[in-house]
Amino acid sequence: MKGPQTGIVLIGVLLLCALAAMGASATTAFLLERVAYRPLRRRTTSRLAALISAIGASFFIQEVFALRYGRDILPFPRIMNKTVLFHIGSGEVRTDKVLVVLAAIVMMILLDRFVGTSRLGRGIRATAQDPEMAVLMGVNIDRVIVLTFILGGLMAGVAALLFGTFFEVTQYNIGFLLGIKAFTAAVLGGIGNLRGALIGGFALGLIESYGASIFGAQWKDVIAFVVLVLVLLVRPTGLLGEQLARSRI
Amino acid sequence: MRVLKRSAASPPEGPAGPDQAGTDREGRLERARSRVGSVKGRLARRRAAAVAWRARLPDLTGPVARAWHRLPRWSQWLVRLGIIVLAVLAPADWVGQIMAPASDWKTLLFYPIGIFVLLAVGLNVVVGQAGILDLGYVAFFAIGGYTMALLGVNVGLDFWIILPTAVALCAVSGLVLGTPALRLRGDYLAIVTLGFGEIIRISATNASWTGGPRGIAGIPHPPDIGNLNAFTYGVLDPTPYYYLVLALIVVVIFVARRLERSRVGRAWAAIREDEDAAALMGVPTFRFKLWAFAIGGSIGGGAGVMFSAKNIAITPDNFPLLLSILVLSAVVLGGSGNLPGVILGAFLVAWLPERFRGLADYRVLIFGAALVIMMIFRPEGLLPSRRRRSSLRTGTGAGAAPTAVVEQEEKT
Repeated sequence: MKGPQTGIVLIGVLLLCALAAMGASATTAFLLERVAYRPLRRRTTSRLAALISAIGASFFIQEVFALRYGRDILPFPRIMNKTVLFHIGSGEVRTDKVLVVLAAIVMMILLDRFVGTSRLGRGIRATAQDPEMAVLMGVNIDRVIVLTFILGGLMAGVAALLFGTFFEVTQYNIGFLLGIKAFTAAVLGGIGNLRGALIGGFALGLIESYGASIFGAQWKDVIAFVVLVLVLLVRPTGLLGEQLARSRI
Repeated sequence: MRVLKRSAASPPEGPAGPDQAGTDREGRLERARSRVGSVKGRLARRRAAAVAWRARLPDLTGPVARAWHRLPRWSQWLVRLGIIVLAVLAPADWVGQIMAPASDWKTLLFYPIGIFVLLAVGLNVVVGQAGILDLGYVAFFAIGGYTMALLGVNVGLDFWIILPTAVALCAVSGLVLGTPALRLRGDYLAIVTLGFGEIIRISATNASWTGGPRGIAGIPHPPDIGNLNAFTYGVLDPTPYYYLVLALIVVVIFVARRLERSRVGRAWAAIREDEDAAALMGVPTFRFKLWAFAIGGSIGGGAGVMFSAKNIAITPDNFPLLLSILVLSAVVLGGSGNLPGVILGAFLVAWLPERFRGLADYRVLIFGAALVIMMIFRPEGLLPSRRRRSSLRTGTGAGAAPTAVVEQEEKT
């Protein structure tokens, strides 16, 4: 790429990048489900086994990238000019920040509509509530689960592009902490609750930012986890509550 | 999904004649029944195939376990004694030549192998016996380590006084951390325990009285016992520390075994299998889960004391999240809930990467792939507990019907 683009070209470049990232992540997610989850689901329903398999797969994928691209922080090309649009107080609103916020909102709305209204979405919700019953109702849960993985991969691909555009660095294990943060946000909002996840992510970000400015940046993760514990003490199934029929494990 | 759509799309019963409506309804009912039947059949066939697939795998550990349980008690004790003797003889040079030609075997025996075994036995109480998923077990390891460091350096206390103090402190920490956490379940519990591990580590990095990111140096060694080389705790020879951790492991295994077969252990098993059912049968589940958390935590604290007494200096980097994950995978890999399995798992997770130092860069890659492959082919672990194996393989009892297998598989 020759350098930051503008106007229509920029939108085209961004869309192309998003498509490529979504494709790569979705393919990885698809393979992950086939290799590390599906064979396991056939043989056991132990959640612990699935967790260990997931951890193993995550080590494996991270190491593949570490061996291919090294363990150092890698630069990420500047895709767009980061011009300051206006100020709110002392905070500057830049084009890339606007892009991240807008894209996140659009993706969340799309995902919420999709899971809420489409056939696959109904299948996903049915499978989450009660896999056995879903099968008896004619849901092909194998297909639903693999498509859910692909859906997750698509979302992660967009998130990665936005992350890269904003921070302009990447590393082989950069997803590890983000994955834990994402899990924390989902738990904060209530597992299985899409809008809860949105609010949870939003709340987690705000807590970390305000916590960092009040207590110092080095305490932000501690503050986030302490708030998580406090919230779960009052609401054991997250802010918006769990939308599943039964608590799992 | 097809059925869902069809039934939703079918028009409501119109004002048709009663006969017609009746036959129509019966016909539809019949079709629905056959469809549900075929789905059920497919499910059952698939499960039966899975069970058959499982049975085809050679079950090498089963006969050994059965033979072991047929042995009279005195010979069981002889075998145990033999294993301890082997462990005592392990730091020999020729063993090191075979086991770890590329690194210092005696050092490895203490850390990671000995410490990992101790941690895995402790975590097994929490995960394997009580069924609490703890992703932040390293928190207790860190609390133990820092207790030893702070009391040893600042107060000048003796190792033998600090060890019980740290164990007690970790039990209390288990109660304090467990009280809010253990009211949660599943994903919520997992993320909160993970959070505890991170809170402890980051707090140790940021606080000034824990030495910040540079940690604490000058931690005293345990005092010598007599004049024997094996009990002289210096800087160079790791063997005395290995014997110390071995002694601690033996004590902890003894305690864990007694606990497992006590009223407490049975309560844990009930909670692990079905918490709601246990609560309904009158088991005070919260209190027993708290016990498991505190006991497991105190074992982790003991390991932490040992670790920092040997290492002279500790930093927060000694207690990463990765350590929790490694110990958890050791427990699951070995056979969650079964002490010999857990010890084997911890030994392998600690030893194999060191043994294959020659593969350098590919170690973690292979480890990751091995975890996935192990979980696919043997999700119950290398040496599963008898209860777990029987529920996975043949149903609850010898004469259990294949459907019982299905039910059991669902629950585990």
